[in-house]
Amino acid sequence: MALGKGAPEGMDYLERLPRRVVTLYLPLAVFLFVLLFPFYWMTTTTLKPDDELYDYARFNPFWVHSPTLAHIEKLFFETSYPNWLINTMLIAAASTVISLICSVCAAYAIERLRFSGARYVGLAIFLAYLVPPSILFIPLAAIIFKLGLFDSDWALILTYPTFLIPFCTWLLMGYFRTIPYELEECALIDGATRLQILWKITLPLAVPGLISAGIFAFTLSWNEFIYALTFISSSENKTVPVGAITELVEGDVYHWGSLMAAALFGSLPVVIMYSFFVEYYVSSLTGAVKE
Amino acid sequence: MASNAPAYRAARTIPTRRGLAFRLLDDRNFLGVALIAPAAAFLLVFLAYPLGLGFWLGMTDASIGQPGRFIGLRNFISLAHDSVFWLSVFNTLLYTVVASALKFALGLYLALLLNRRLPLKSLVRAIVLLPFVTPTVLSAIAFWWIYDPQFSIISWSLIKLGLIHQYIDFLGSPWNARWSVIAANVWRGIPFVAITLLAGLQTISPSLYEAATLDGAGPWQRFRFVTLPMLSPIIAVVMTFSVLLTFTDFQLIYAITRGGPINATQLMATLSYERAITGGRLGEGAAIADAMVPFLLAAILFSYFGLQRRRWQQGSRD
Repeated sequence: MALGKGAPEGMDYLERLPRRVVTLYLPLAVFLFVLLFPFYWMTTTTLKPDDELYDYARFNPFWVHSPTLAHIEKLFFETSYPNWLINTMLIAAASTVISLICSVCAAYAIERLRFSGARYVGLAIFLAYLVPPSILFIPLAAIIFKLGLFDSDWALILTYPTFLIPFCTWLLMGYFRTIPYELEECALIDGATRLQILWKITLPLAVPGLISAGIFAFTLSWNEFIYALTFISSSENKTVPVGAITELVEGDVYHWGSLMAAALFGSLPVVIMYSFFVEYYVSSLTGAVKE
Repeated sequence: MASNAPAYRAARTIPTRRGLAFRLLDDRNFLGVALIAPAAAFLLVFLAYPLGLGFWLGMTDASIGQPGRFIGLRNFISLAHDSVFWLSVFNTLLYTVVASALKFALGLYLALLLNRRLPLKSLVRAIVLLPFVTPTVLSAIAFWWIYDPQFSIISWSLIKLGLIHQYIDFLGSPWNARWSVIAANVWRGIPFVAITLLAGLQTISPSLYEAATLDGAGPWQRFRFVTLPMLSPIIAVVMTFSVLLTFTDFQLIYAITRGGPINATQLMATLSYERAITGGRLGEGAAIADAMVPFLLAAILFSYFGLQRRRWQQGSRD
C-alpha cells in the first residue's frame, strides 16, 4: 500500500497558483491549525510557570515568556507518574505480544489451512471485532473479581487481547492473502511440515504485516481506558490515562501545568513510535476497514 | 544416477518414519483447530462469556459483592420510567448523529484536499493523523483546559478579536457542554475518517475524471457522479466504525464532563458506569449496557448491506 507515492496527479496541473491558494492551501492550513493547536497548547502550558499561566493580562497566553521545568519535575518526582508510565508500557507490550502470537496462529489457520468451518470462525472473529468494551466492562469486572485478578496488571494483560486479537487476526488474514500459495506448495513438496511452513516461509514474508499489527495493537492498548479504570483501584498500579484523570486532580484545584505535562508525556511514547512507523500504522488503519 | 538413489530412498522412507504426532500435525483440521485454540480460548472466556453474563446480569439485582437474584425484566421496566436514562439515550443519539455527520463532512473534505498535488504530502498526512494516535483521555484533558471557564484560550482570543464580550462558559450550561464535547469528539475523529477515505480516493483512476471532463462535467458533477459512487463502499464501512465508536464512547465524556452538568452530557456508556461501578448496582448498569445492543446491531446490519452493495457493484462473488 504505497499511499501517495507515484500516484498519478490527475488534472491538477490545469490549476493556477492563486486558485490553488484559496481552494487548497488555505483550507488545509485551517485544518492543520485546528488539529495541531491542542498539542501546542499542551506544550506551552507545560512550560509556563504558574504566575504566567494564570495571568493573561500581563502575558500573552500564546507564548511562553519564562519557560520552566517545574511542572515536569513535580510530575515525575512528587506523583506516581513514573510508575504509571512503566505499568502502561509493560501492560501494552505484554498484551500486544500475547495477541500477536494468538493472532498469527489463528489467521494462518483460517486463511491458509482452511480447515472445515474456517469461514465461520473468520466471520465470528469479525463479529468479535465489533463488540465494544463499553458493554463488556461490567460482566468482565465480575469475572476479573472472581478470578482474583482485581487490581493487578494481569487483569489488563488478559482482557486487552479481547479487542486486540480480533483486530490483529483480521489484519493478518488480509496480509497472508497477499502471500502467493506457490511458495507454500514448493515447501510442501520439499517435505516441510505445515508448522515449518508457517515458521520458515509465511512468517518471514509477513514481517511488515506483523509490524503493522503490532504497532497498532500497542497504541490501542496504550489508549485503553474503561477496563483500566474499572479493574485497577490502587494508585501505583494505574495506567497513564487513568492515573492522569483520577489522581492528578486534588479536589477542585486543577494543577493545569502538571496535568498538561502528564498528557504530553503520556502521548510522547506512542507518538514517537508512530513517527518511526507511519507507513505501517497507516496501512493497518486502512487495512482494518477493508474487507 | 548413482547419487540420486539414496535421495530417492530417503524420500520414500519419510512417511513411514513419521509418528502419529507428525501425521496429526500435518492434518489440516487437527492443526487448524490447534492453532485457533489460544485465540478462541481468549475470546470465549473474556468476550463471549462476559457478553452472555452481561445479559444475565441485566436481569438480576446484583450489586458489588453480592451475586444477586433473577428479577426478570424489572431493571428494564424501571429504566423505562427513569428520566435520566431517557436523557442519556437522547444525548447518545444526538452525540452520535451530529458528531458522525460532522466527522464525515469534514473528514471527506480533508481527504479530498490531501488527495491533490501537494508538496510534502506524506509529512502532512502523518501530521494529520496525530490526534488519532494520541490517547483519547490525554487529549481530552487538553480540551478540558481549553474549555476552562476562567482561562479558556478560545474565549480570550474571541474577546481580543472583539467578537464576544464575556468568557464563554463552555462546560457550565447543558447545550454549551453538549456542543463542546461533540467538538472534541469531532476533532479526534476527523483524521481517522480522512485517512481511510484518502486510501479509497487513491484507488480511483484519474482517467475517470478525465473522461468525465471531456464529457463536459464540472467540478461538482465530477464529485457527485465519479468520486461519490466510487467511494461509497468504503464510506459505508468507515462510517459504520465511526458510528459504533461514537455511540459507545466513554472516555472522552468521563475525562471532560463526567456526564455533567446535571446529566446534560451523560451518555449511555457513562451512565452505565456511574450506576454499576460508582453506585455499585451492577444489575442496573448491565441493563443500560444491554440497551445499547439493539442500536449496535442496527449499525452492523447497515454496514453488512453496505458491503453487499459493493459486491453487487463490482460483480464479484466472494
